[in-house]
Amino acid sequence: MSNKVFAVVTLAVALALAAVTQLIPNEYFFSAAYTVLLFVILATAWNILGGYTGYVNFGSAAFFAIGAYTTVFFYNAFKAPLAVGIVAGTLVAGLAGLGLGYLTLRLRGVFFAIASLALAVVLYIFIVNWDYVGGARGAYVLQPREVPFGLPRYIHLIYAVQLVMAAFALVVSRAIEHSTLGRGLAAIRDDELAAECSGVPTLRLKIFSTMASCALMGMAGTTFPFYLSYIEPSSAFSLSYAVNSIAMPLIGGMMSWMGPLIGAVLLGTVQQLVQVNILRSWVDIRPEWGLLIVGVLLVLFVTLAPNGIMGWVDAWRRRKTK
Amino acid sequence: MEVSWALLANAVIAGLLLGGFYAAMSVGISISFGMLDVVNIAHPAFIILGSYIAYIVNDRFGFDPIVVSVGVSPLFFLLGMVLYRIYYICFERRGQESLRGLAFFFGILFITEVALVLIFGVDYRMVNTRYGDVTWRAGPVDFPMRLVVPFLVSMVMVVGVQLFLTHTFFGRAVLAVAQDQLALRLMGVNPVRVKERAFAISIATAGVAGAFLIVIQPVQPAIGREFIGLVFAVCVLGGMGSILGTLLGAFVLGLAESFTSTFFGPSWAPAVSFGLLLATLAFRPSGLLGR
Repeated sequence: MSNKVFAVVTLAVALALAAVTQLIPNEYFFSAAYTVLLFVILATAWNILGGYTGYVNFGSAAFFAIGAYTTVFFYNAFKAPLAVGIVAGTLVAGLAGLGLGYLTLRLRGVFFAIASLALAVVLYIFIVNWDYVGGARGAYVLQPREVPFGLPRYIHLIYAVQLVMAAFALVVSRAIEHSTLGRGLAAIRDDELAAECSGVPTLRLKIFSTMASCALMGMAGTTFPFYLSYIEPSSAFSLSYAVNSIAMPLIGGMMSWMGPLIGAVLLGTVQQLVQVNILRSWVDIRPEWGLLIVGVLLVLFVTLAPNGIMGWVDAWRRRKTK
Repeated sequence: MEVSWALLANAVIAGLLLGGFYAAMSVGISISFGMLDVVNIAHPAFIILGSYIAYIVNDRFGFDPIVVSVGVSPLFFLLGMVLYRIYYICFERRGQESLRGLAFFFGILFITEVALVLIFGVDYRMVNTRYGDVTWRAGPVDFPMRLVVPFLVSMVMVVGVQLFLTHTFFGRAVLAVAQDQLALRLMGVNPVRVKERAFAISIATAGVAGAFLIVIQPVQPAIGREFIGLVFAVCVLGGMGSILGTLLGAFVLGLAESFTSTFFGPSWAPAVSFGLLLATLAFRPSGLLGR
């Protein structure tokens, strides 16, 4: 399937899904689906750098928060609507990724990983001390009273926007994977020295993929302040984003765009179920258990099934063709 | 702001005392990351684990946390051996340490943190020691015992590790692994066994450092994360794999943090280590004493 066809199909599916699910009467569905979609974007974005290029980014939460706080900034400054926040947040996060990549991607991969972690903490402290965007107290972002397209509530709109953005992330991710660029990235992942020797412009490709990955992570965060209509640093920088965006591609499979999608839908749904305490009549589960499950699954998969669920699928397919 | 000499002297002393403690936290990373090339980002998780073990025993039986931590350090040693075995079999042998190995340690860090939250909750815990509230005064300069005692024991530990590495057969084997694994193999030494023990030592130092931590400040499961940047900053700043460099880096960082919290306010202090780390990586990745 060519990229254009895939893009059209994915967007059509996303819009159709958004339209059909509007009929669901349960309000909680939209909130849960929003969160799962957020993870789809984060995981897909992480995979562009982590899965395709082989560089670990521990700072997903930082880029997510950059997106979120850019929205807050523009809202505070100009009462800017969501659309402005989405565009600006994506750009700012992409620029931050460019800066981080430019400074650290010349070094060994582990230094990039550690620097990304460091960036998350520095930014967190910066935001906590920056009163204009609320500081440690947090900031309020009022949802507009009138909802376009005749939707009943604002959450319905946010959910639809998130769905389209997730589709966009998947299209970008797949386009990169199938392009010459993607092959260059795969060459870096498999053997960076060999790639450099064969004429792959490794640094430029790495910086590009960092930028694309970070920009998409930022995009995931831009809707967040409008979703909760309140944001504070510890929720925007939650470690849960960093862990999930690593665990989901690893569990789903990192070699293709489908892996993060599968991982995110699976793990995201499990965490939502734990959150609402679906087994409450049998056992008492605290929300932390959801995170514990993610952590344990991450360690189990990475040690026992390094290619994730897609790895199983591939093995099964190969056996069938034999 | 008017800078008084007493304030300055206090900041210097607090920075140096803190630096000694940072050296104890980072010496394990200097071994595992600097020498063995095992990027153990879960190191702070074991520090926090050490803090909680010291807390439990102190709470139940009233033993001194530092004595407890030295007593349980063989357990941490064993834990380190097991962990390295898993790491070696699953990642190092397959050549997958760069991506999946990192994710593995990140998962361990995360599981430890969440498990501690589930057991102990997110409250800050502290210990009672006889010296906790004592402060020596030399003129205007304060020497709080809750900093001095961990500082002294830290120094003993760090110097001990350095002497062990340079003066024993096994220690030299560890240094040899850091330089050339293949050469070691050719001489009939199994580098995996050496790395296993050395990694175990690094985890044992983390456990002991955990006791220092809870003597110095109250501990909560999530604070481990803040120390990731700190330990790596110290290790990279000093120069990879040099214990002396670690000591130097730790003092630099301790002073920088102490000055920041004295003159700009404590809320900026945690950013110092990460800022220094980013700056070191960007401008001098080989560190102060690096080759």
